[in-house]
Amino acid sequence: MIWLTWRQFRTQFIAVYALVAAACVWLAVTGPALARLARENDDVYDLLTSTDRLLFNGGIAVLAVAPAVIGIFWGAPLVARELETGTFRLAWNQSITRGRWLAAKLGFAVLATAVAVGILTTAVTWWAHPIDGATGNQHGSLASRLTPISFAMRGVVPVGYAVFALLLGTLIGLILRRSVPAMAVTLAIYVAVQIAVPLWVRPHLVPATTTTMVISHGTLDGINLHSSGTLTITTHASRGDWILSNRTIDARGHSAALPSWFSTCLPPPPGAGSPQDKAAATSTNGSLDGCLSRLADEGYRQRLVYQPRNHFWPLQWAETGLYLTASAVLAGLSFWWTRRRLS
Amino acid sequence: MSAVVTADGLGKRYRRRWALQDCTLEIPVGRVTGLVGPNGAGKTTLLGLVVGILTPTVGTIEVCGGRPAADSAQLAKVGFVAQDNPTYAGLTVADHLRLGAHLNPRWDDAAARRRIDRLHLDPRQRAGQLSGGQRAQLALTLGLAKRPELLILDEPVASLDPLARREFLQVLMEAVAEDEISVLLSSHVVSDLERVCDHVIVLVDSQVRIAGDVEDLLAGHHRLTGPRRDPATLPDDQDVVWASHTDRQSTYVVRTESPILDPAWSITALGLEDLVLAYMEGTAAGAPASPALEVLR
Amino acid sequence: MIEFSLDSRSGVSPYLQVVHQVRRALRLGLLVEGDQLPTVKDVVASLAINPNTVLKAYRELERDGLVAARPGVGTFVTRTLADSSLAAHEPLRRDLGRWLGKARSAGLDDESIEALFMSTFRAVNEEIA
Repeated sequence: MIWLTWRQFRTQFIAVYALVAAACVWLAVTGPALARLARENDDVYDLLTSTDRLLFNGGIAVLAVAPAVIGIFWGAPLVARELETGTFRLAWNQSITRGRWLAAKLGFAVLATAVAVGILTTAVTWWAHPIDGATGNQHGSLASRLTPISFAMRGVVPVGYAVFALLLGTLIGLILRRSVPAMAVTLAIYVAVQIAVPLWVRPHLVPATTTTMVISHGTLDGINLHSSGTLTITTHASRGDWILSNRTIDARGHSAALPSWFSTCLPPPPGAGSPQDKAAATSTNGSLDGCLSRLADEGYRQRLVYQPRNHFWPLQWAETGLYLTASAVLAGLSFWWTRRRLS
Repeated sequence: MSAVVTADGLGKRYRRRWALQDCTLEIPVGRVTGLVGPNGAGKTTLLGLVVGILTPTVGTIEVCGGRPAADSAQLAKVGFVAQDNPTYAGLTVADHLRLGAHLNPRWDDAAARRRIDRLHLDPRQRAGQLSGGQRAQLALTLGLAKRPELLILDEPVASLDPLARREFLQVLMEAVAEDEISVLLSSHVVSDLERVCDHVIVLVDSQVRIAGDVEDLLAGHHRLTGPRRDPATLPDDQDVVWASHTDRQSTYVVRTESPILDPAWSITALGLEDLVLAYMEGTAAGAPASPALEVLR
Repeated sequence: MIEFSLDSRSGVSPYLQVVHQVRRALRLGLLVEGDQLPTVKDVVASLAINPNTVLKAYRELERDGLVAARPGVGTFVTRTLADSSLAAHEPLRRDLGRWLGKARSAGLDDESIEALFMSTFRAVNEEIA
């Protein structure tokens, strides 16, 4: 059965691994130079060439897509192809039970997927490590590792995603019995899951850190005027943390809007008005500090809920575990479906 | 005599439709059994149940002494050539033989290669490029080389030209002579079955109408032609299978063990095709449908 | 070695056709004592018929004392029909010759004579069966 699975799988296997190998070669070639650049310069963002930036974002794109593509293109037709061409009637009559047949196919596919994506994600993580979260004097920065966009394409989770996509595709293919519709449905479900998890699940996988701080001149990061007319305050967060919420709370500890008198604290926009306004501005600045201390006296604090950057690996392992557990459930369902329901 | 297939009250339902019902039969070992019936009668369903690709909704079935597809040993006893002769289009003929060798404990590789040679099949050719007849022969080779006790074929020659059809049956019959396997094949073309089968099962509208050794069935059925008569006036020991009347004349196909003594009848013999047609039409025309009759052996 | 053929439309069962063909071969001298009949496997491979059919035919011939099966080797002719049967039935042959003459003078052509003979032959067979 191993021989047959390999023989059926051969072309796709070689195609994917060739691409993975090519990607690794390119990353290996450009990686060391980049690492040296980052080591020697703090403002490495300014020094990155557009090629590097392209590679960075390209690496995101490839790793965003690779697990899904591999999983869906390998998973959906795995059984569905045999069902639609009728070859299952040949395979199931050989002296091998359905359970063993599916086990061999799935085992091989899972292994091949995990290894291919594993190699790819290791290479990209290694390559991007020096410049993740790089900032500089230029406008913009590269996303840090913890942000949802980058998180999904670093470390171990892509392997979890790929195995999940593979097993999802297999099960859908089993149920729908047609390869192409199975691919479409699998893609839809996979995308939905990939949107839902960072939004609702990931923040809670590892308990987030909560700090409460006094809003002072030192901690104030910005005052934002929203289109609805309300004002909110944000405070500094360290670079590399994943901010989940940055809110003002009142003396009782509930999330609250700023008091109405606060709008008078705002300095006028820079560059507008006469020198007299400028003088008034300086004095208002002083009054801004006064406002802030008045805020503190009235009990207003800023609460920051965030995942600190050293939570990166725990979050990675937790999420990978989650996806692998889901994959195991899907695998179990696939076996049950094959043995019981496909008659 | 031991039976190679025993079914008791076997039935299979898909959602609301019964594809097969009340199937009780015993197929003796060493026979070439033909399963005949119109399209949609349930032949593929019955064969699927025997092979183990389908599971029964009600009733039981025992094949070669075990439950179909129960385990590897049971699967080794039954060979299957499915409808349309499924093969892996991307794999070569030689690959298919390797497939069989890897997946079957009793695989006879030498015999398989000999067959491929005799059939002039190129081992390096992909199965997708073979003609219909060649694919059928490949599927048959795969089924035979695993040395089963029972070989099942679902409409194996339906889509083949006359020469390919003859060649297929020649290879099949030679294998039966050599290896002494039992064969169960389905067809809706009866004339092929007449030369090849010695046991027959007629399946109409998901039910078994009649089953038995061809010889006994032909000896026990007669076509009677004579002046117009009501079926009720026939003696009790004559079961009417099929009837046709004009204003003056009646023709009956009856089944009986005793001799027919009424001199008014002119009696003619029935061929297998006529017998099967009588059973297929008889139920449609509203003549008293016989329940699942079986010739006990 | 002789070869068999099968007429699927003749209404005669396959095994009987094999028996008849062996007997005809014996009568015409195509098979003599000691000759081997084609193996079941060879017959079946060329005619695509059920092996049991051939076995049954050979068994009947064996019962009639015309052939004998040697396990592992084959089936061999033990007695011919060429000499005994036809000579012993000389009176029948004469009767038949007279009947043919009568049929001719009644105006029947070859086809009609054959048709008359075959239909009577069949009718008589069925009444016996």
